[in-house]
Amino acid sequence: MDGRIHSTESFGTVDGPGIRFVIFFQGCPMRCLYCHNPDTWNADGGQRMTAEALLEQFEKNRAFYKNGGITATGGEPMMQLSFLTELFSKAKARGIHTCLDTSGICYQPCKPEQYEPLLSVTDLVMLDIKHIDAEAHKKLTGHSNANILAFAQKISERGIPLWIRHVIVPGWTDSAEEQQALGYFIGGLHTLKGLDVLPYHDLGKPKYDALGIPYPLADTDPVSPETAADARQQIMNGIRRRLKEEQTDKTKASGP
Amino acid sequence: MLKEYPSEWEGFTRGRWSDSINVRDFIHKNFTPYDGDESFLAGPTDATKKLWDQVMELSRQEREAGGVLDMDTKIISTITSHGPGYLDKALEKIVGFQTDKPFKRALQPFGGIRMAQQACREYGYEVDPEVVEIFTKYRKTHNQGVFDAYTPEMRLARKSAILTGLPDAYGRGRIIGDYRRIALYGVDKLIEDKEHQKATHFVRMTSENIQLREELSEQIRALSELKELGRIYGFDISHPAANAQEAVQWLYFGYLAAVKEQNGAAMSLGRTSTFLDIFIQRDLDRGILTEAQAQELIDHFIMKLRLVKFARTPEYNSLFSGDPTWVTESIGGVSVEGQHMVTKTSFRYLNTLNNLGTAPEPNMTVLWSVRLPQNFKRFCAKMSIQTSSIQYENDDLMRVTHGDDYAIACCVSSMVVGKEMQFFGARANLAKCLLYAINGGVDEVMKVQVGPKYRPVVGEYLDFDDVMDKYDQMMEWLAGLYVNTLNVIHYMHDKYSYEKLQMALHDRDVKRYFATGIAGLSVVADSLSAIKYAKVKCIRDENGIVVDYEVEGDFPKYGNDDDRVDRIAVEIVKSFMDKIRKHHTYRGGVPTMSILTITSNVVYGKKTGNTPDGRKHGVPLAPGANPMHGRDTHGAVASLSSVSKIPFKHAQDGISNTFSIIPDALGKDTKIFSGDLDLDALAQEAADDEA
Repeated sequence: MDGRIHSTESFGTVDGPGIRFVIFFQGCPMRCLYCHNPDTWNADGGQRMTAEALLEQFEKNRAFYKNGGITATGGEPMMQLSFLTELFSKAKARGIHTCLDTSGICYQPCKPEQYEPLLSVTDLVMLDIKHIDAEAHKKLTGHSNANILAFAQKISERGIPLWIRHVIVPGWTDSAEEQQALGYFIGGLHTLKGLDVLPYHDLGKPKYDALGIPYPLADTDPVSPETAADARQQIMNGIRRRLKEEQTDKTKASGP
Repeated sequence: MLKEYPSEWEGFTRGRWSDSINVRDFIHKNFTPYDGDESFLAGPTDATKKLWDQVMELSRQEREAGGVLDMDTKIISTITSHGPGYLDKALEKIVGFQTDKPFKRALQPFGGIRMAQQACREYGYEVDPEVVEIFTKYRKTHNQGVFDAYTPEMRLARKSAILTGLPDAYGRGRIIGDYRRIALYGVDKLIEDKEHQKATHFVRMTSENIQLREELSEQIRALSELKELGRIYGFDISHPAANAQEAVQWLYFGYLAAVKEQNGAAMSLGRTSTFLDIFIQRDLDRGILTEAQAQELIDHFIMKLRLVKFARTPEYNSLFSGDPTWVTESIGGVSVEGQHMVTKTSFRYLNTLNNLGTAPEPNMTVLWSVRLPQNFKRFCAKMSIQTSSIQYENDDLMRVTHGDDYAIACCVSSMVVGKEMQFFGARANLAKCLLYAINGGVDEVMKVQVGPKYRPVVGEYLDFDDVMDKYDQMMEWLAGLYVNTLNVIHYMHDKYSYEKLQMALHDRDVKRYFATGIAGLSVVADSLSAIKYAKVKCIRDENGIVVDYEVEGDFPKYGNDDDRVDRIAVEIVKSFMDKIRKHHTYRGGVPTMSILTITSNVVYGKKTGNTPDGRKHGVPLAPGANPMHGRDTHGAVASLSSVSKIPFKHAQDGISNTFSIIPDALGKDTKIFSGDLDLDALAQEAADDEA
């Protein structure tokens, strides 16, 4: 079958371990205010490509990717679940490390079996949690975060390594409470292996102009790396609190 | 009679090198590979800091003076022309300048007196009238010789810039003397060896043999002058170097003699770091040198290399975007046995970028192999990110052809040190050649017939097969003209500006590469791709010359790992090289080709009209084998992959790719963002807190 692909990047260094072949899927149901790839929203756009054609591009330069692999990102790759599953299955058959960079928005907790084929061929999930609070999440992205958090739990239960990403946006995710609450939640995910805290930037603005879409965060200033570093500390504090509680629970359970 | 080995060789493992000139054997018998990291390195000494401050101050004065601080207008530069020059004699561990003081540029008229005059005039100096008279009336220069022999066609091709940057008015450079021989053997032994070469040479006096005999005599004279240069600075370099300081100093005297004699387009150093490491390691083992002192020697040596300066004209500087000397030093690499050749001194060389700050010269070139030690790779990466001053070349590729004692001249030209040399040949503009094919040899900018009057393209749209057929014929013409022009140049350079000192540091029977080069590869590939996969409409002027193109539709562009266009690029390279190979070359030179315009692509762009890929007149051609700016849209790996398809076999003089990337695109700063979270460790921490 064909997938709808926005573009590919042959030299991905920030979307998973090593140097990666990054595949940008076309189409996304989220409308995050700070999205820097609005050109990937439209689910009818992109070019049609087969899994073989994509993997062929990878194979040609395999020497570059020996410590990396492929990353499916977008857009929202899980919008094209069967194509994504086919791509990852074929990649695994060729011994390629697979990384899924997703918002988790397409996950339906009531039909977990639907995702089993995909998860069985996924080596790493990078999950972008936009906001820990359901209400704020809805305002920021247009959707509740219930399915996303359920997806995070699912990944943890399945034993798949998980990296969490969080973007620090002024006025949205720059409070210590939000950050600690996020930390508290992800501290409970047992396969958590990495935490990327990214400062909001406005490099996507020209794309909005080109697409004729008003830029929603026109009045928001980019965030400094230092602010992001501080935020990461707050999230780490949340993680520590969660771990401590679990420790206490364990101690209680086993008696003094 | 067998002679005693000199006492300076104590502590070295003997081998073939002990009884014949064989630096490679010496290195392999004696070097100490280093697998560790950079933590052993030392910072600058007080003397280094003081000297470098002085250099920075002089640099400032030079800039303020308009680019040149002082020029010699009377004394013709030779190996022994000037008395000693110093920054601060008491502080300098390695000494020697091209003239009697730092920052004073030498007068080097053998390439061409007019060039020397122009260079002086540009900065408000005037060459002594007597010198001018000598070099116009009595002593012919290389430049005059070339123009005596050029045909009208050659002059025209030069004027239209379909052949550009030809070394017909300046020194050709690109020859690397094996300066290490001086440190290892001392000059007397080298003279003795040259005398032997002369004595055992053919006795039948053909013009070839006469030429070589005369050159050998010149070489011996140059070696005697080299000894004299040592004496001027108070050293006796007739014997081998006895310690690390002498080794660096002896080697540098060789290089200094070369730059005093020749103002070459690229005066490269060779492959010296692992060689010098053997002397440094011996002194460290003997306890007579500390790490700080070892680094100081290298710092002072590199400082001298940074201060090599030539008097050059504005045209020259605009062609090369500045005033480069191309003091290229090749570092690292792997031996033919598979042992990496990184030593502590490889680190020390790169460490000068820390101790003296970043600089484009010397052009530190890492001979990269997958088999280099991980710690060295990391250090290189770190230094690249910090300084952007390191060049990388593929040792795994070149070792197959050149073994493990080759070095890079200029930016990409590989040659075995002391055994191979090259005749530098600038380049042919293949993008312009394509326009000549379309216009039947009429130059699109000058609007005159430069190439042969072949049938031009007719009709509104370009047809791929038709253009390819015409292009093939036009390249055939260009290749012939190009090789013949270079034959004239190198004949005259040998005659009037022979590199006697550098060639004295070579074997007698050297392999000569006849280097050619091409410019505009990506423009040609994209243009032909546009003609093949899109529709290209011709726009003609009132005289019927095609002066512009309209591209209708999209087409594959070189730089995206797309075989449809990448194969066109490969085919052009192979085809032009094959055409070059058909021609007679001066002194039996082995033809090679480079794709390397790192800076002059800007000037070539100014002289090349609109091209069928949509590029406009004046827009720079891409440097080297680079894709055209902004047309590689699939990321670095795809872009590099396109370039890597160009076959080294047909571009043996080197393929360059200029690669810039913003640091963030190389991965996130681990200190701030990423890094693996160790949940178990955190849990343990929590448990410990609990306890």
